[in-house]
Amino acid sequence: MRVATPRISLEIQRYRPEQEQEPILQAYEVEYHEDWVVLDAINHIKDHMDGSLSYRWSCRMGVCGSCGMMINGEPKLSCATFLRDYYPASIRVEPLANFPIERDLVIVLDDFMEKLTKVKPWILRDQEKPLSEGEYRQTPAELARYNQFTLCINCMLCYSACPVYALDPHFIGPAAIALAHRYNLDSRDQGGKWRQQVLSSEEGIWACTYVGTCSVVCPAHVDPAGAIQQAKLTTTLDWFRDVLLPWSGR
Amino acid sequence: MTPFQRPVSAIWWLKKRAYFFFILRELTSVFIAMYLVLLLLLLQRLSAGPGPYAAYLRFLATPGMFAFHAVALAAALYHTLTSMSFLPNIIVVRFGEFRLPAIAYAVGSYSGWIVISVLIFWIVVLR
Amino acid sequence: MARTSEPFWWFLFIGGATIAALFVPVHIVITGAASWLGQAFEYERVLNLASHPLGKLYLFVLISLPLLHWAHRFRFTVVDLGLKANKRVVAVACYGSAMIGSILAAIVLVGL
Repeated sequence: MRVATPRISLEIQRYRPEQEQEPILQAYEVEYHEDWVVLDAINHIKDHMDGSLSYRWSCRMGVCGSCGMMINGEPKLSCATFLRDYYPASIRVEPLANFPIERDLVIVLDDFMEKLTKVKPWILRDQEKPLSEGEYRQTPAELARYNQFTLCINCMLCYSACPVYALDPHFIGPAAIALAHRYNLDSRDQGGKWRQQVLSSEEGIWACTYVGTCSVVCPAHVDPAGAIQQAKLTTTLDWFRDVLLPWSGR
Repeated sequence: MTPFQRPVSAIWWLKKRAYFFFILRELTSVFIAMYLVLLLLLLQRLSAGPGPYAAYLRFLATPGMFAFHAVALAAALYHTLTSMSFLPNIIVVRFGEFRLPAIAYAVGSYSGWIVISVLIFWIVVLR
Repeated sequence: MARTSEPFWWFLFIGGATIAALFVPVHIVITGAASWLGQAFEYERVLNLASHPLGKLYLFVLISLPLLHWAHRFRFTVVDLGLKANKRVVAVACYGSAMIGSILAAIVLVGL
């Protein structure tokens, strides 16, 4: 006699704009495997039970940052969240909070992409030096200053965890500011003055009240909340230098 | 097809522990400010003379004022602990590739806090 | 570069938060236990302490900076808690009352 395979229930939020005014929860029961992550279960549903379910995913290994979802109300990468941490209770899966819902678990991420480009997260030079002069060299100590902030995978979990962004969608937000800070700390970069126009605006660093939840949910341990406070400190020191020593020039 | 915009709850800060403790942290400043107003009143009564000063001390000794001090102390301590825990994330100290670890900040800030508290207590009460 | 005054207010906030964290708890303990510390709270003694120039300066910093720290925090909390007021009005009201408190503290301390 075969022992019945244990099963687990997933309550997945559905939103199909052509048939629903607002999102509903739909329950699916799947086999429970100890080594399955939530994304495995959702892929199983998509492949064998309900092909109409929409969601984003790609790498299955916490690198691409596509599969962020609210799992029991917490923003998490569904590829790094194991069923065994919830079993035998059911699991509620919803699209990332604070973003508009396109369809089912798919959110509209245009706002984040726009903010990301706004802070120019790439190396800016006043003047590129010619190739003949070689590469821009950097010491290990110079690398260490910003290395932590390069680990961002743009998964947007931090925006989902941020009440400031929830209340004011104009807020530039954790990941974009952390990336701006990453380039500002880079010894090869000279673009601080351009980023500052966005960073020190009212929608930039000054809107942050250091709730700190962005850093808690960050799967790459970037600590965007810390980055924002560090940027406040640097900006404040620059501000006082400009006010007290206006002739120092910058 | 319009994307669905989820409304933000008016009581969002009651829905997650972390949010609740964040609001609690921010509201500690209210109790600190209220205490400082009491302290300012004490100084004002002091300048008004021994009579008003003695009356104000009697007011401070009432159960209500004692309860307020207890709550304000809890709030102030929460403010102290949270502020100190943020230090290593805000003021980054580096020596080359080495970053000063959080424990060093904790040792520095807590010992500084204790020295200051003992010193103030000695000046105001014991001396 | 000085396109916003936020760095100035944040600087006062950090200063006030530091003063509040390091100095305020012990003062709450002392005034809370005033009735048990009888001798320490004798009129002449407290007046001497508070009217010393260094005492005045200390008390002014102790009161004014943490009041500004309250103003900065409360200004954002009010908005976070859902008050649909104009942000600028809230900011002016908060910093304004903290500054009035600081001015009153200065007046009282100068008169000591």
